[in-house]
Amino acid sequence: MQNIIQTQDLRFAYTGPEGVSPVVLDGVTLSIAEGSFVAVLGHNGSGKSTLAKHMNAILLPSGGTVYVDGVDTRDEEKLLDIRRTVGMVFQNPDNQIVANVVEEDVAFAPENLGVPPAEIRQRVDDALKAVGMYKFREHAPHLLSGGQKQRVAIAGVIAMRPRCVVLDEPTAMLDPIGRADVMRTIKALNRERGVTVVLITHHMDEAAQADRLIVMSKGKIVADGAPKQVFQDVEGLATVGLTVPQTTQLLWQLRQEGLDVPLDALSDEECAQALAALLA
Amino acid sequence: MALKDITLGQYFPGNSVVHRLDPRTKLIAVMLYIVALFLCEFFLTYAILFLTLCACIKLSGVPVKSIVRGMKPVVFIVVFTALLNLFYTPGEHVLVKLWIFTITLEGVFSAFFMVVRILMLISGTFLLTYTTSPILLTDGLESLMGPLKKVKVPVHELAMMMSIALRMIPTLIEETDKIMSAQKARGADFESGSLLQRAKALIPILVPLFISAFRRADELAVAMECRCYHGGEGRTRMRQLRYQANDRRTIAAFLALTVLVGVLGHFGL
Repeated sequence: MQNIIQTQDLRFAYTGPEGVSPVVLDGVTLSIAEGSFVAVLGHNGSGKSTLAKHMNAILLPSGGTVYVDGVDTRDEEKLLDIRRTVGMVFQNPDNQIVANVVEEDVAFAPENLGVPPAEIRQRVDDALKAVGMYKFREHAPHLLSGGQKQRVAIAGVIAMRPRCVVLDEPTAMLDPIGRADVMRTIKALNRERGVTVVLITHHMDEAAQADRLIVMSKGKIVADGAPKQVFQDVEGLATVGLTVPQTTQLLWQLRQEGLDVPLDALSDEECAQALAALLA
Repeated sequence: MALKDITLGQYFPGNSVVHRLDPRTKLIAVMLYIVALFLCEFFLTYAILFLTLCACIKLSGVPVKSIVRGMKPVVFIVVFTALLNLFYTPGEHVLVKLWIFTITLEGVFSAFFMVVRILMLISGTFLLTYTTSPILLTDGLESLMGPLKKVKVPVHELAMMMSIALRMIPTLIEETDKIMSAQKARGADFESGSLLQRAKALIPILVPLFISAFRRADELAVAMECRCYHGGEGRTRMRQLRYQANDRRTIAAFLALTVLVGVLGHFGL
């Protein structure tokens, strides 16, 4: 499969005052296959948000390169192409909604791209249906709940018809119901529309739903693989300040006690089955 | 203090003939109406405009009560202007002479007309904002000012700033409410003390509000860039403004009205 995003020894340091420049990304080499669902997990300050901002040229590397669909993000002439290929959703929905009416906001990106009016209408309706917010199209965004606002923000990105969507902690400010709604929307986006999803998060249960899990710490990738594999390294994750999902935690403790249970039973059902098998 | 009750750019959603007019038509009509208002001289011309205003309000279906309510903040200015006109208009027909004040017949007329003019001016513009959503109003302004782009006026940027400001008002009001509650919970007192003390008590609200507004602005700018915003160049709009038959009729009617009032006013009617 083709790689939609590729980074080569990516380094990044903020230019701080008096030339002090803390290194945020320290040699990240990574490729993300088109159509995959990748979660990036890391503690605060692990560099995961900074990595996300490199994926559509909001930040440019201090060293190394980032390719989006084969184009170097330093290429200023291709900037709009890069940004329409990789859409980005942020943490706070209030700070990314531009317009006073839901559908006007969703229309913002296609309007910027110079799409003809009739097609904008079509894209807006389509995007709003995809996130399940079509019936709210004439509402004022500030009267919606957090989860609804975040879905509007996602629709605003989908309306660009991007091939990849990067979500930077999209559920951090939401209540559990809003979180579940947003996660469902993200998964549907990936499964039904084949959009590549990169989900930056610090929630284990969200990361567990991805096809591939990348763990970052201190600007480096410390683990990369299927969630089931990555979470088996309970002690390794603990050293970078992360805990594993409760299912894995339980099985791991049972194993510590000398019981023979598999560590890769990640979902509640699998875990229950593993326990039932043990008791049988 | 219930900050959430504040509504700016009060819009009464509706589907009347006035609501359906193109925002540009309404803007032009209001401008013509204001010009006509300043060409008015005496009872006849004011009466014509007053009837026009009444007809428009009736057509719009906006309750008269809410238009009257909107006048409240300007009562002071109106009374003050009326008094100034009443006492300081020189004239031949002296009605009352009391100490240093003289009231002339001309003064009475002048004060009366001034009050009528201000009130009609305000109701006319209110009718515009009551029947036009802020977005359409911004779109209309952008479109009307379009020709100014040629003389390097940043029309698109101004319109964008206006619509983002409108978008952010409810968010910032909500935030102010939150900050005030947080400060109150820590014993801040906004309701008592002298005027100076109360003004000082606002500082702990304004500082965090400003800081957060800047942070929001920064995030919004990045989010807009992510959605390919690159200024007005090559930008299309989903909602297209189109003049309909009704718009042409309205503009023609208001043009005729202004000319009529101008001519009648010229003859002092």
